[in-house]
Amino acid sequence: MLSVYGKELSSRLLLGTAQYPSPAILMEAVTASETKVVTVSLRREMAGGKSGDKFWSLIQSLGVHVLPNTAGCHTVKEAVLTAQMARDIFKTDWIKLEVIGNHDTLQPDVFALVEAARILSEDGFKVFPYTTDDLIVAERLLEAGCEVLMPWCAPIGSALGPLNLHALRALRGHFPDVPMVIDAGLGRPSHAATVMELGFDAILLNTAVAKAGDPVAMAAAFAMAAKAGNIAYHAGMLEPRDVAVPSTPVIGKAVFT
Amino acid sequence: MKLTVNGEEQEVTSQTLSELLGELEYEGDWLATALNGELVSASVRPACNLKDGDRVEILTPRQGG
Repeated sequence: MLSVYGKELSSRLLLGTAQYPSPAILMEAVTASETKVVTVSLRREMAGGKSGDKFWSLIQSLGVHVLPNTAGCHTVKEAVLTAQMARDIFKTDWIKLEVIGNHDTLQPDVFALVEAARILSEDGFKVFPYTTDDLIVAERLLEAGCEVLMPWCAPIGSALGPLNLHALRALRGHFPDVPMVIDAGLGRPSHAATVMELGFDAILLNTAVAKAGDPVAMAAAFAMAAKAGNIAYHAGMLEPRDVAVPSTPVIGKAVFT
Repeated sequence: MKLTVNGEEQEVTSQTLSELLGELEYEGDWLATALNGELVSASVRPACNLKDGDRVEILTPRQGG
């Protein structure tokens, strides 16, 4: 069971709610993914509009935890205010903290991220920081009060999959007891299985499911891959070897001469 | 007075933030508001006085990754 900030979650997949072909497909994908946590955002409402109400009642009907994000924020001030507004409206102290540093790579500004994480943690937030795979940044985020880390494995929406296995292994090895969710960059279920086999606790997906040809089927595929990778990690996998080793017993083999 | 609401200039007569939401016909039940970069919770909107040049943000739940 995945435990984050004192909450036990039966699924190791967190799912974003953006870019689906329709609200109905989003709902089916959430069900197929078996996720217990979905991410949402806050955006400007139009005068006279009630689009937020419709979306929010749809999300509430799913019966899952909501993890609001600070997507699109580029400064500490923006991110902190967005988090405060999210807490006000969603009535949760969970926040997926994003402070973007570069438009092209959507790479987090890790310096601003650590500062915002400290401010929000001191204000009672339970921060889920979207970070890189940098070990020292991870250490600073933990010092700032984060109890969960969400390193990327590749840029958001890139579908490149894990680019730096060495860095991911180092993160897992250095912080064996910190819940870590691979957030961003996963494109295929095999990517999900790979990072889960490394011992990561969960994955967070959006584009890879929402933009798939069949988002509902892909949600199910990712759920299975995440589960398989997690079970395999705990089952103890065979280390690769350079030479072949026969699996069938050699002893007792007939000798035909 | 002139305010900037969600990035657009608006000429309004409202004196408070809650009056402003009514005047501009923000009808949603799920709104988060900020005035000049500070959160204003729903419960304090009626007492939140506006002045010329204020910047108001009115946000609502949306899809997110």
